[in-house]
Amino acid sequence: MEIPYTTTARPDTGLYNAKIGIWLFLASEVMLFGGLFSAYIFLRIGAPEWPGTILGENFASSFDVLSVPIGTFNTMVLIASSVTVVMAWAQLMLKDFKKFRYYMGLTILLAMVFLVVKGFEYNDKFVHGYFPAEGTFLAVYFTLTGLHGLHVLGGVVVMAYLWGPGAKMWETNPQQFTNRVEVAGLYWHFVDLVWIFLFPTIYLL
Amino acid sequence: MATTASHETSHGHHEESFWRKYVFSTDHKVIGIQYGLTSLVFLFFGFTLIMLMRWQLAYPGEPIPIFGFLFGEETMPGGVMLPEFYNQLGAMHGTIMVFLGIVPLAVGAFGNYVVPLQIGAPDMAFPKLNMASYWVFFCGGVVMLASFWFPGGAAKAGWTSYPPLANIETTGQTMWLIGMTFLITSSLLGAVNFLTTIIQLRAPGMTYWRMSFFCWSQFVTSFLLLLAFPPLQAAGILQLMDRVGGTSFFMPTGLVVSGQALDIAGGGSPLLWQHLFWFLAHPEVYVLILPALGIVADIIANNTRKPLWGFKSMVYALIFLGFMSFIVWAHHMFITGMGTAISTFFQLTTMIISIPSVIILSALFISLWGGAIRFTTPMLFALGFLPMFGIGGLTGLPLGLAPPDIHLHDTYYVIGHFHYVVAPGTIIAMFAGIYYWFPKMTGRKMNDTLAKIHFWGTIICMNLIFMPMFIQGMAGVSRRLWDAGAQYTFAEPTLHWNVTMSHAAWLMGIIQFIFIWNLFYSIKKGEKVSDNPWEATTLEWSATTSPPLGHGNFEVVPTVYRDAYEYSVPGSSKDFTPQNEPGEKESVREEA
Repeated sequence: MEIPYTTTARPDTGLYNAKIGIWLFLASEVMLFGGLFSAYIFLRIGAPEWPGTILGENFASSFDVLSVPIGTFNTMVLIASSVTVVMAWAQLMLKDFKKFRYYMGLTILLAMVFLVVKGFEYNDKFVHGYFPAEGTFLAVYFTLTGLHGLHVLGGVVVMAYLWGPGAKMWETNPQQFTNRVEVAGLYWHFVDLVWIFLFPTIYLL
Repeated sequence: MATTASHETSHGHHEESFWRKYVFSTDHKVIGIQYGLTSLVFLFFGFTLIMLMRWQLAYPGEPIPIFGFLFGEETMPGGVMLPEFYNQLGAMHGTIMVFLGIVPLAVGAFGNYVVPLQIGAPDMAFPKLNMASYWVFFCGGVVMLASFWFPGGAAKAGWTSYPPLANIETTGQTMWLIGMTFLITSSLLGAVNFLTTIIQLRAPGMTYWRMSFFCWSQFVTSFLLLLAFPPLQAAGILQLMDRVGGTSFFMPTGLVVSGQALDIAGGGSPLLWQHLFWFLAHPEVYVLILPALGIVADIIANNTRKPLWGFKSMVYALIFLGFMSFIVWAHHMFITGMGTAISTFFQLTTMIISIPSVIILSALFISLWGGAIRFTTPMLFALGFLPMFGIGGLTGLPLGLAPPDIHLHDTYYVIGHFHYVVAPGTIIAMFAGIYYWFPKMTGRKMNDTLAKIHFWGTIICMNLIFMPMFIQGMAGVSRRLWDAGAQYTFAEPTLHWNVTMSHAAWLMGIIQFIFIWNLFYSIKKGEKVSDNPWEATTLEWSATTSPPLGHGNFEVVPTVYRDAYEYSVPGSSKDFTPQNEPGEKESVREEA
């Protein structure tokens, strides 16, 4: 017996298996980042000043430590990638595989831009001796953005697979391939959304 | 996500290789059995750790005969257990029993094997993820075991790993965190899989209300696993950062250890860990108990030959229990000084959560009323479960209220309380499940006489071990003492119990060999039985006995016509009507 509803939707739920699976997975991810955000709130409430003293220098607000323009740029990059990943999926629905490749490639490129910019930001901190061990603010910054960065990296790997070797499925089972792109896209939106919460929380507040 | 075009999975007659069929299998039945055997091994291993500790508790500072000399100079010089080693055993006993023993047995084994069969599904929704889930779990187990051989040994900060102690521990604690990451990943994969399977793969006619209570319990349990584990993962990441990256998430400013100020930035809070940890660990308690309730409910309906009393209330209670379990966590933290307002809130929620538990337990008791009870082996264990879980639950009430908790916190009373829930409670229910579904897995029954010796021996020993803990706890004996409390005069009058408790524990260890023998002997030599030896109604008994591994579950997709427990239907020729049996007199309930 085949496992039903791997590609087609179950009538009463209106969803195929992987779509429920990814939503549940994302619910779990919400709890993961929710836990980390709660930890941030908990520590911030207990802190006498924020970001406070780092390496003997006192900072009154987070944007004295972090670069808001760079963070804003990266936010724009991620939002743009969220748009392109929908475009990629839409092209598959329109049966235009070439354009799918174009938009998926663009999404991967934007994700990489985000990571490279993030890498420069990190490097800029490290050369000044700003390491996670230098205080709660930096610890929160590096841990949360680091974990988010890993999620971006994971997204890049999945999307690169769907762009490259995984795209062969378009020939054999276009419906399932479209589903895979949709599911990857849902994950990608979540990664984007986490950043949209992270950016103001860490950079601006 | 297997391709639909693939013809492999349809019942072809190709032979799979041994490795594909039994080791790296994607079939839920094989994975269930893998989970079952692995977790039983871990359960016994975790129990072995406590058997060693019980010597130290009964005879503090005396060398352990024979076994003590098998260990090295670093852990047991001259056969005498060092305090450091005692702490390792304690921390790893808790970790192994909870995360590598009971949860994988209750969810990984029974859930995997039974749920797809009970809802009429050909397999789990994501077979490859299912396999990954088992192997990730296995890696987590290996990491945990390997940590004993690291410099300084395994984790010794208790299964709760409270910082700052856990932060300044030896490498074993880092291994603990890495091991937990594997286990959390495994449970995430499992939970997503179970939920998707139950939502998507129910057979035609299998509405939610027609699902067995066991499936319902797995459904709610999976939600708890899905949503409660990630905050522990978050906490684990932070602790790992503290230990490896030098951060101070859990390290307060000005922390002094052994008279020396630590070179840390500070600014963190040990309380943060406790909040994140118990946000997982309280729902975790329900992860331990809900599948047990599910198993017991199925067995009680089957052996009283009548429908469960108040099935709908039980399901609603179950869902409410699952929800409430997320907002009671801080009752583990009454003595941390978190403020009376917060304490009041958590006392209130804790008292409220006892209501649905009592509803379920009462419904199970009332189900016995007027039933033609068959005292089969699984039923014996299920009946044993009820009062034991009752004791475990009721002794928890004083702990849920701050004033008595201040006296009882971290004493043996707490140990007695939760062991009553998980040992004579959950583990007895797990045994019930093994005896109940063994015929489905193998086509043979386990030996009844041996099972009865196993039951009485185990349950009497368990009570001898855990009942005196209440006495010791109320006297104020703390739970984590290497010398069992001999240094305190107030503990003196209760310490003689340790000898009784330890002997009971060792006797119980010996009795388990009867079970082990019975399990393996019955696979080959047990009494052969039919497809439905217990004359049960749920769908798994409509599949052939021991459904062929790796080849789908049912010949044709079953259609479900009635509720899960249609026993002794008036006017029916037999006292059970399987769910897939069509008939004029269908289920009374038609909704949803």
